[in-house]
Amino acid sequence: MSDSVFRSTRKNPILRTRLPTLPPAARSRVALGLTAAAALGRFELQQCRDCGTVQYPPREACGKCLSVRLPWTRQDDDGELLAATVLHHSNDLFFRERLPWRLGLVKLACGPTVVAHLHAEVPPAPAKLRVAARLDRAGQAVLVGLPDKENVNMAEDRQLREFACDPKHRKVLVTDGKSGVGQALVKALAAAGAELVWVGYAEPWKRFPGFDELQKLPQVTLVPLDVTDSKNVRELAAEIGAKVDILVSNAEFHRAHGIGNRQGVETARAEMDVNYFGLLRLAQEFGPAMRARGADGLASAVAWVNLLSVYALANFPPHGTFSASKAAAQSLAQCLRAEMRPAGVRVVNVFPGPIDDEWSQLLPPPKLAPGALAAAIVSALREGVEDLYPGDVAQEWLERWRDNPKALERELSS
Amino acid sequence: MSALASFVQAFSAGKIRVVDLTQTLSPEFPHISLPPEMGQAWPFRIEEVSRYDERGPAWYWNNFSCGEHTGTHFDAPIHWISGRDLPQNATDSIPPERFIGPACVVDCSRESASDPDFLLTKKKLLAWEKQHGRIPPRAWVLMRTDWSKRADPVAYQNYDETGQHTPGPDVDAVKFLVEERDLLGFGTESIGTDAGQAQHLRPPYPCHYFMHGAGRYGLQCLANLDQLPPTGAVVIAAPLKIRNGSGSPLRVLALISSG
Repeated sequence: MSDSVFRSTRKNPILRTRLPTLPPAARSRVALGLTAAAALGRFELQQCRDCGTVQYPPREACGKCLSVRLPWTRQDDDGELLAATVLHHSNDLFFRERLPWRLGLVKLACGPTVVAHLHAEVPPAPAKLRVAARLDRAGQAVLVGLPDKENVNMAEDRQLREFACDPKHRKVLVTDGKSGVGQALVKALAAAGAELVWVGYAEPWKRFPGFDELQKLPQVTLVPLDVTDSKNVRELAAEIGAKVDILVSNAEFHRAHGIGNRQGVETARAEMDVNYFGLLRLAQEFGPAMRARGADGLASAVAWVNLLSVYALANFPPHGTFSASKAAAQSLAQCLRAEMRPAGVRVVNVFPGPIDDEWSQLLPPPKLAPGALAAAIVSALREGVEDLYPGDVAQEWLERWRDNPKALERELSS
Repeated sequence: MSALASFVQAFSAGKIRVVDLTQTLSPEFPHISLPPEMGQAWPFRIEEVSRYDERGPAWYWNNFSCGEHTGTHFDAPIHWISGRDLPQNATDSIPPERFIGPACVVDCSRESASDPDFLLTKKKLLAWEKQHGRIPPRAWVLMRTDWSKRADPVAYQNYDETGQHTPGPDVDAVKFLVEERDLLGFGTESIGTDAGQAQHLRPPYPCHYFMHGAGRYGLQCLANLDQLPPTGAVVIAAPLKIRNGSGSPLRVLALISSG
């Protein structure tokens, strides 16, 4: 059913491009707990440590026993649709432009009854369904009712697409096609239905393995792009910036040095120039064009993906200067996120552990295969994840860091 | 009339033409690439400071950055380990009179077109001398290959999986020029004074090794050598006065007689 929506993705060029609007974004600090979990793709609700009650909406104290010990805890996602309705009128600008809009009342298996946005394929009440916490265009978590069983075209639901950044039917720029990760990304995005993938490559005189294979993909257009060259970035943005729906900033410079085992600052500067200033250049040149197209129909500008590193959370001394450049990039990515949010364009930060490439050669496995990283990024786009920690190492670091950042610092420096 | 007065007179009368031997500095112009684990020279990069805007209402200017060995550039003897202890071996200490000298242009364009790994030999130099006369002391010897006409950076760099393939001098040619002809320096149109595959010569990079070891200079990424006569041109090549600099991008000019 959903496919009909995409029979034509070409926009009518004589109509004015709709300006981005956002769904209601105000949340209390407590309610941001739902957003924090949804950003990681998790469904967590407050659960009272004293009486065990799961509650929603979020509050300062337990509605049953008044305890203030309410940690956000992962919950089962199954529930039952009690009632559904279709909204045909709204005074909210965002929903007004997207009517009709389906909503439902869902009794969660874990206890509370919630209001959720409803996927078109959820049958009429009473019906079993799954509930997920998804980030909306304002970057805030909302609850979404999904069909009980997965369906190939599920992501094409008109409402669900507002909560995701699905590459299907979209135009993507991958800033570096030379690396193993870059090539895996291009293939994964093409396989995910991206309409067009621009693939940047720096220093064109250095032919890279896989060049011919990439060129054979019908979706691929190779474009010279060196993120250290402001003029190059500016000119490419002028040429294609108004077409890019998803930008994947994956160009990176990585050398395995700390402070003491490399003289001078040249390597560290190169890392900053690509990993930090490269992102800044891209953001300054492509950001405005993407912001202008945040609500440009069903194939609007929708996401900006940054390939960071789990070393951005805490410095990994054997790769110390690289870690610092990724920490700088993460900080800048937060700024970018704030600046893209008014347009509803999501900034997805990716924090992989060691990738199985030449610059992590001496690190022992497990190392993340480029293909696995690419698949995780495509899934994150589809599922609306904002902070992605792909693979076991990244997941473990994340848990250790959340539990005790100081302890992780000590562990990594020993 | 003094020599300079006659020069000015001839220049004003259009009897001396200036040929620009310099490539334009731009981010697109290829830069030297070393194995990735080694330190790298910066390519040329330019950032706008202001352009009659809120950053500076009435003026336009840029900041640029690059390595000492970027674009058309000069190599000082201190660049190579063989020249590191010589006196007057850096961009600031080389006597300024060395920045002007006659040029002998050896046309290797035909050989280089058919063989990108072409090596200029002593034999070829002797044949050149037979035709154009002996290379005078303290002259630039410029190897014309027409490599500068390769506008596509891929063709200019000419890499394959064994590295770069560009022409240059062989070991004997370099030794002959240094030891028997007392040249000022050696200039090429490609990215190095040595051939692209010169790491496999003995010693590796002979032009760098012997030329700089003997206190001679290098010019690379030259252009318009096809506009120079085999003899008679005067080259002006003054690097920036960088303290202890190993080289510098520069504007290289040649003066030639016309009419």
